[in-house]
Amino acid sequence: MSINFLQPEYEVVRNMDRCITCRVCERQCANEVHHYNADLDRMVSDDSKCVDCQRCVTLCPTNALKIVKTNNCFKENANWHTSDITDIYRQATTGGVLLGSMGTPKEYPVYWDKLLINASQVTNPSIDPLREPMETRTFLGKKDATIHYDKDGNIITKTTPQLELSTPIMFSAMSYGSISYNAHKSLAMAATKLGIYYNTGEGGLHEDFYVYGPNTIVQVASGRFGVHSDYLEAGAAIEIKMGQGAKPGIGGHLPGAKITEAVSKTRMIPQGTDAISPAPHHDIYSIEDLRQLVYMLKESTNYKKPVIVKIAAVHNVGAIASGIARCGADIIAIDGFRGGTGAAPARIRDNVGIPIELALASVDRRLREEGIRNQVSLVVGGSIRSSADVIKAIALGADACYIATSALIALGCHLCRTCHLGKCNWGIATQVPELVKRLNPAIGSEHLVNLVTAWTHEIKEMMGGMGINSIEALRGNRLMLRGVGLTEKELEILGVKHAGE
Amino acid sequence: MKRVYVEEDWCLACHLCEYWCAFSNSGKDNMVAALKNKTIKPMIQVEEGDKINFAVSCRHCEDPICVKSCISGALSIEDGVIKIDKSKCVDCYTCIMACPYGVLMPNEDEGIMQKCELCTPRGTAPYCAAHCPNQAIIYEER
Ligand code: SF4
Ligand code: SF4
Ligand code: SF4
Ligand code: SF4
Ligand code: SF4
Repeated sequence: MSINFLQPEYEVVRNMDRCITCRVCERQCANEVHHYNADLDRMVSDDSKCVDCQRCVTLCPTNALKIVKTNNCFKENANWHTSDITDIYRQATTGGVLLGSMGTPKEYPVYWDKLLINASQVTNPSIDPLREPMETRTFLGKKDATIHYDKDGNIITKTTPQLELSTPIMFSAMSYGSISYNAHKSLAMAATKLGIYYNTGEGGLHEDFYVYGPNTIVQVASGRFGVHSDYLEAGAAIEIKMGQGAKPGIGGHLPGAKITEAVSKTRMIPQGTDAISPAPHHDIYSIEDLRQLVYMLKESTNYKKPVIVKIAAVHNVGAIASGIARCGADIIAIDGFRGGTGAAPARIRDNVGIPIELALASVDRRLREEGIRNQVSLVVGGSIRSSADVIKAIALGADACYIATSALIALGCHLCRTCHLGKCNWGIATQVPELVKRLNPAIGSEHLVNLVTAWTHEIKEMMGGMGINSIEALRGNRLMLRGVGLTEKELEILGVKHAGE
Repeated sequence: MKRVYVEEDWCLACHLCEYWCAFSNSGKDNMVAALKNKTIKPMIQVEEGDKINFAVSCRHCEDPICVKSCISGALSIEDGVIKIDKSKCVDCYTCIMACPYGVLMPNEDEGIMQKCELCTPRGTAPYCAAHCPNQAIIYEER
């Protein structure tokens, strides 16, 4: 073995005045960083294994720990960043594609942070959500252009199936396999309690979770894992996954180590084999092909369930969305390039795709220009971090938002971005039974319910401030937004004025 | 009465409950001052298994056999809490044999039994339950 060029990225700092040698950190770190050394009668650490997941820091009863970024440094270089150099060291040793997880950590513009929200002053009074009704309920699905009544005033139009959401937020696709049983259970329980939906992702639906079916969106992806008629029947809607924001253009790869007995049963693949989702759906090479799948799924569920088509935000997304709207989809979900993942080639995650804000604005505009905006609902995701992001997304034209990373953070995720290693110390992105156990769904679902409830309160307050009392009145209301520090072109794409105008 | 219940499915064997118990019963107001460089003698003990772990502490049974068995009258029920009068305990181990949960334990230093007496004021969660990270110990009315 030759020397290892890679030095620890983090240092475990233990305050020896505080450490009581309880060994909690040792028991809780699945990366085996901490050890009790009997000769020294004290805890020692192996910094090189630390991924900065903060589990030990959180559980240490005496606050004796902190993890710091090492200040050991390479010679400064504005062109060759430390990460560029260490990535080369890694590849020079392994010869492999670099893997990463969660959303890209690179510094790209976050347009949400360059958009400001309006508030009423004097002429149109703001509304106090504590005293007046404020509607956050929203419906997703094709909206009929005309409604016909019989002579008694009863609606006779055959309406299309809709998803009813108590608040315009849903938990987006995360497969059982990429996340744990307890993480899935937490999401399912919370979605049911909140009156919203969670999404199975491409890994099928564990038999224990069929009871949450009315609040479940079942996904059909290129690997078709776990897809069968009961599965399609179980959900409230079906989502065809064409792409994912974190890795547009490529498929998925769940390593065999994560295909436990239960995962293999749910996915309908042999235990221990890698689950590889192909990059394309092998039966979809055109909009017509997609239309066939959309109608096949509708047909097999008696036209009772809306069909969602999920795509990654990429170039020409407006034209792509227009095609999808015309192929019979009821809802289009668009996933921006900052979206999370359980594993993706880091180069793709960090360099492919476009920001969701721009994709959303252009899709909404394109569909309106073509007069087909009412034929589909738009759901956007890919790093929605707060209720303010939700409000801005709706004002840019979204019907609802998908959240996943935010939901995982509510479950304890500390964004250490090592989900692909399968040893998530928070019991989320792992199938190791002792680690999965760390996420008690009773606690997890409560956190998720609290998060979405809190966001809903904030959404009501911000809407009230604008003098708006329903999500419907905010949708696509770009006059409620102003840009700061954006170029003419950016403002044009977003369809918003600059602050001060 | 609210009692301590154990949810073995969620116990991580992190042993935090033992340290909080030892701290709670130390009479000190700082965990480091209470526990640094000491071998702790908690009233709660975590049993570790291959697949399952659980914390064992006094159940404060409604009909406690330990109280009936105690030869010196050291164990008694006070407001539903099983208490030990250490001045009466003669270290005969009868209670250890009687308790079906195995929660009484000798404290070698003191030469008498020790047991959980629910450390916090009634109605408030005792330290073991309050600080269990995964709700594997729950203090509630059932
Ligand atoms: S958890 Fe904290 S107090 Fe316990 S051994 Fe680790 S550093 Fe020391
Ligand atoms: S990997 Fe996580 S638990 Fe382990 S030392 Fe680092 S921060 Fe602590
Ligand atoms: S899910 Fe777990 S492994 Fe993935 S980033 Fe979050 S804490 Fe890290
Ligand atoms: S604190 Fe909770 S999880 Fe940890 S050992 Fe005690 S009962 Fe188990
Ligand atoms: S209730 Fe108090 S004394 Fe009893 S085991 Fe828990 S922490 Fe220890």
